[in-house]
Amino acid sequence: MPTPPSDSRDAGVPLIFELGRRGRANRYLEEGKPLDAFLPRPVLRDELPLPDNSELDVVRHYTKLSQRTFGIDLGFYPLGSCTMKYNPRVNDAIVAVPAFAQLHPFTPDDLAQGALMVMYELERSLSSLFGMAAFSLNPSAGAHAELGALLIAKKYFKERGETLRDKVIVPDTAHGTNPASAAMCGFSVISLPSDERGRVGVAEIRKVLGPDTAVCMMTNPNTLGLFEESIAEIAAAVHEVGGLMYYDGANANAIMGYTRPGDMGFDLMHLNTHKTFTIPHGGGGAGHGPLGVAAHLTEYLPTPVVTREDSMLRLDFDRPKSIGPMRSFWSNFAHAARALAYLYANGAEGLKRVSALAVLNANYVRVKVAEFLETPYAEPCRHEFVASAQTLKREHGVRALDLAKALLDHGYMAPTIYFPLIVPECLMIEPTETESKETLDAFVAALRSIVETAKRDPEALFAAPLTTVVGRVDETRAARQPDLRWRPSAEGAATRIP
Amino acid sequence: MAQPEDLLFSKEHEWVKLDGDTATIGITDYAQNALGDIVYVELPKVGATIKQFSPVGVIESVKAVSDLFTPLSGEVLAINDALENDPAAVNREPYGGGWLLKLRVADPNEAKTLLPPADYEKIATE
Repeated sequence: MPTPPSDSRDAGVPLIFELGRRGRANRYLEEGKPLDAFLPRPVLRDELPLPDNSELDVVRHYTKLSQRTFGIDLGFYPLGSCTMKYNPRVNDAIVAVPAFAQLHPFTPDDLAQGALMVMYELERSLSSLFGMAAFSLNPSAGAHAELGALLIAKKYFKERGETLRDKVIVPDTAHGTNPASAAMCGFSVISLPSDERGRVGVAEIRKVLGPDTAVCMMTNPNTLGLFEESIAEIAAAVHEVGGLMYYDGANANAIMGYTRPGDMGFDLMHLNTHKTFTIPHGGGGAGHGPLGVAAHLTEYLPTPVVTREDSMLRLDFDRPKSIGPMRSFWSNFAHAARALAYLYANGAEGLKRVSALAVLNANYVRVKVAEFLETPYAEPCRHEFVASAQTLKREHGVRALDLAKALLDHGYMAPTIYFPLIVPECLMIEPTETESKETLDAFVAALRSIVETAKRDPEALFAAPLTTVVGRVDETRAARQPDLRWRPSAEGAATRIP
Repeated sequence: MAQPEDLLFSKEHEWVKLDGDTATIGITDYAQNALGDIVYVELPKVGATIKQFSPVGVIESVKAVSDLFTPLSGEVLAINDALENDPAAVNREPYGGGWLLKLRVADPNEAKTLLPPADYEKIATE
């Protein structure tokens, strides 16, 4: 089988900038006044080579690109740590109704009661499901909510005169965004090693707690897919020294209806609407990260907050202790509507079933994979588990990276690899709740055959993937010599505006 | 592989070569192998005073971003500028051209807390 070119441009689809001719775009409206009638001359950038393509060419271009990519609509997507669950289409249908889709953000509150009810109901539902006093729907991503939570913590301590609290404790089983958010807020980070069972120990955390403790950020279940059994004692110890507990909700898909961060002793938390409920994933597009707080922190939530007086709902901006808005307007309202649709469609019992099936599927795959790969923490997991290619690497030179690339040839998205950092040659697998037993069996069989190939003929895996549109990319070169911007060729792009 | 005999090691996989009161510091062959292809190295400023076992820089590979810890305290005398354009030298020659920084050692006694080659070998082959 020939190795396909590893650069997508060589493989047949030119960039949109390289297509088209000047004047080709379909013009449905008469040409208006020149741009400098609206904008000051210095902000207009004539040098930008904007593409000028016909509508049909644009449709074909993006349809071709969509056919060259992979997503959950095409196949199994066992990415660990960032839950990539299926988004039921009904949730998109709900937000497409004109009453939501065409509502202007400046509609007065009394004419937007339906939309405000969506925000209010979602806020109340999340508070109940996760045991918090209140949520803000303002942040537009999980890490954005993390930042908001730490700004709240900072303001809370400042107002209490406890300005010496500058340490944030982050276990080594946490998500990479946690130390980043802490650093953004000017905290210094203490990394806490997990024990041999992959948990944070109470004795271990006590060693780093003190009058300078601000926040302890934990994920539960953690990024090994393991439940932190000592969470109540850990929370008590942090509270004893006056610190706050932060729950990273990245793994909340494992616990819905079974336990609540509020009951575990957390004061602050975030959710990723795409991980736990339903909205499109990643791609840098519009996201949604609800931020939850316990009763003593509700006054600090970002503005606006939807409040209810008698039967009227309104957006409340008059909150003197608030950290202020994290986003323009009312954040990504359509995502709030999708999330509420998901909650209503499942109901309390349905959400418990979501988490139960996510955990069951992960354990089913874990036990099967343990027959041919190491699973360093051999005990029932929650919604995800880690396997390791350490022995394969030592004995056959085949790394987790090679296994992941070979999975692409079998029509699967690769799992997360090399995370968490505490497991060498790590593969982190999360099937989610919507996959059938047949899909999981087929995935396990594919991985098993790849591991058998690795032992018999390791060389065969080093060039994988061979059947995908883009072959093995040179990640090292991409990182060492990044080339992030298209530039017109020497003779100038055909579409370049003079 | 066996560790070079004239070096001392930290548990965090750094090596130290002592020459009078000057120490040259790098990461071990085991460390570069575990990190994979290194794409970026961030080092402290020349003249900075650094404290033993504290994070003083960052090593970024295609797999992960890791803190660099200094195995000894002292004043930074030099950093390996060549790594800016050629971070792969740490992979190619971890004990040679891939050195990271040179220190004026503040406290010679700290070297006693580091590991001789045979002891480090045990950690690296665990």
